[in-house]
Amino acid sequence: MSDETGAPAGAPTARVEVRKTYKLFIGGAFPRSESGRTYEVVAADGRFLANAAKGSRKDGRDAVLAARKAQPTWSAATAYNRGQVLYRVAEVMEGRREQFVADIVDAEGVSSSDAALQVDAAIDRWVWYAGWTDKIAQVLGSANPVAGPYFNFSLPEPSGVVAAVAPQESSLLGLVSVIAPIVASANTVVVIASSARPLPAITLTEVLGTSDVPGGTVNVLTGEAGEIMPWLASHADVNALDLTGINDSALAVSLERDAAGTVKRVRRPSPDADWFASPGLSRLRAFVETKTVWHPLGV
Amino acid sequence: MPFEYAPAPESRSVVDIASSYGLFINGDFVDASSGITFKTVNPATEEVLADISEAGAADVDRAVAAARAAYENVWGPMSGRDRAKYLFRIARLVQERSRELAVLETLDNGKPIRESRDVDLPLVAAHFFYHAGWADKLEHAGYGAHPRPIGVAAQVIPWNFPLLMLAWKIAPALACGNTVVLKPAETTPLTALAFADICRQADLPPGVVNIITGAGDTGRLLVEHPDVDKVAFTGSTHVGKAIQRALAGTDTRLSLELGGKAANVIFDDAPLDQAVEGVVNGIFFNQGHVCCAGSRLLLQESIAEEVVDSLKRRLGTLRLGDPLDKNTDIGAINSAGQLARIVDLVDSGDAEGADRWSAPCELPDRGYWFPPTIFTGVTQAHRIAREEIFGPVLSVLTFRTPDEAVEKANNTPYGLSAGIWTEKGSRILWMAERLRAGVVWANTFNRFDPASPFGGYKESGFGREGGIQGLGAYLSGEDH
Repeated sequence: MSDETGAPAGAPTARVEVRKTYKLFIGGAFPRSESGRTYEVVAADGRFLANAAKGSRKDGRDAVLAARKAQPTWSAATAYNRGQVLYRVAEVMEGRREQFVADIVDAEGVSSSDAALQVDAAIDRWVWYAGWTDKIAQVLGSANPVAGPYFNFSLPEPSGVVAAVAPQESSLLGLVSVIAPIVASANTVVVIASSARPLPAITLTEVLGTSDVPGGTVNVLTGEAGEIMPWLASHADVNALDLTGINDSALAVSLERDAAGTVKRVRRPSPDADWFASPGLSRLRAFVETKTVWHPLGV
Repeated sequence: MPFEYAPAPESRSVVDIASSYGLFINGDFVDASSGITFKTVNPATEEVLADISEAGAADVDRAVAAARAAYENVWGPMSGRDRAKYLFRIARLVQERSRELAVLETLDNGKPIRESRDVDLPLVAAHFFYHAGWADKLEHAGYGAHPRPIGVAAQVIPWNFPLLMLAWKIAPALACGNTVVLKPAETTPLTALAFADICRQADLPPGVVNIITGAGDTGRLLVEHPDVDKVAFTGSTHVGKAIQRALAGTDTRLSLELGGKAANVIFDDAPLDQAVEGVVNGIFFNQGHVCCAGSRLLLQESIAEEVVDSLKRRLGTLRLGDPLDKNTDIGAINSAGQLARIVDLVDSGDAEGADRWSAPCELPDRGYWFPPTIFTGVTQAHRIAREEIFGPVLSVLTFRTPDEAVEKANNTPYGLSAGIWTEKGSRILWMAERLRAGVVWANTFNRFDPASPFGGYKESGFGREGGIQGLGAYLSGEDH
């Protein structure tokens, strides 16, 4: 007996899946590492998952270039527009919910229900930060009652290009908690995904690539933070570092030292962060500058 | 017939300078353990004013320990309401003694008495008054429901506005519940030491404010002290970077207010007489010893000649000389070292081919002086257009379009301040949005207020001083 495909009776019925090539996300495109290198990513149980691109210092520089190029456009967009773009990311994430759950189960070795909680929290966090874009100026800005005939106001503006290291453990929720506030405050970002658990980040790049986020606003590299970050920490076109996911304290010290060369703003590592906790304003405050404008009053 | 001015010197008799000063630690003046002293001089006369103690490692330890004990036992646990009352007392004492402090500032710093009396001292009092009011309202400042102090703050300040920089540092730190060890600049320690006496008169608990004197080595010992929780530094970008590097990997919080190379941009529709006054105030205020000084003048091409002529005419009327004279506009350069740096940069302007013009004024025989100077024909590659001169030297560049003005104004690693002169409102806001600088003065320049946050972008530092934003530098909490 045979079915209509002609397969012999008793043969396995499972379909041979089409696997994906995992690449970097730079300037809105998905290039391989210019170095041609990859590294093996395995599941929590040791099973082979993929060969991820091993980003190089040149990839890091390309990503900074893309982020710098995107900076004027992203920061000049209206806050309303930025909010809608970020909300769109949440919408598209919602549609990929099952894929994110599967990615996290593989990467972190947690149950589907635990992974689902993380995905839900990550999507909700995007929504939360999306709503902040047109409120930051009112909450962090001010009209200042100076003692003289002047109108004086202060507004937060983005620091510029931020180089960030995503948390090593929390592969999606941690990543989203780091990059969403950076872009919500109108910065552009180069982020290095969790080295051992990069696949949820790459799935996120596919979301970003299809949800109206201008190319170069978020750039995601996979590989070793220890290899790429020193070049970004001393890069004169990077304005700030977010070292959240750096677990190696000697590396953190050396990156912070390099950052001093151009007086970069640095957010220090927070290896024990609880990513489910309410984030507060701290990450929105981290990479903004206060600009104060004076003008005389008179007729 | 030219008008002659009769001398109008402010009396020195209101100040009482001791022949030597110790360190103010835990409420008392004590000798430095090393016994090493240095002299502070009047830069207008080179007269020695007093012997000052140089704090060494043991003294820094003592001062930090005093601040720690005061933080844990007295100032940290004290209610905001009571902290406020101490700060209000200080504000009033500054007002009461402002004439004395203004004269002392002018003697030690060289700035004209008109500026120390009418700018520095009123702002010092205002700063304490403003922050006093915050001390019991911090939960409403947007840093979470339970904002906490950070702990012991190490503060290092420059010589250009000695007492004002002290106020910018100490007032917010104390209002937020921190205790401080402050080091004034080695060339201008006297008003900080006089402030110690104000702390005594205010009955401020011992150890809440400690003042230690010394030069760069003392500053380094202080900011790198392991028991310090917060460092606030105002000074050169070079030293700021060294501090940031030294604090890498620690939990110490840092705020930096560093150098600047501000552009003052004048469009062809600007009210030129007002603009020229603003430019003069922007660069020649305080002998140009101002980190936010408008040291690059960007003129729209069509008005460049007219503005430069007008500037030269105006500079010819500035009076340089005895800082204690109430008619003096330009005082002394603060130190021989600073004068040498100004001369070096001005020489580079000559060597690189810019055209120098200096106001025709007679320089006194003794003391450190430099005449108001303008360079025209300056390009963006010249050192005088790139490096902070910190003196009465203005570099003039030109532009044709608003885009070019923005491009040139932002073409610097600094980002502290900028000026815009135009009658067109939409252009002011367009420019203000694009200038990468922490303070933008439109149709005015060099205005300061405790309610107005001050601080830089890029290599001009990070953190703000003043306003609700400035409190963040001295608070910790969930929303910080």
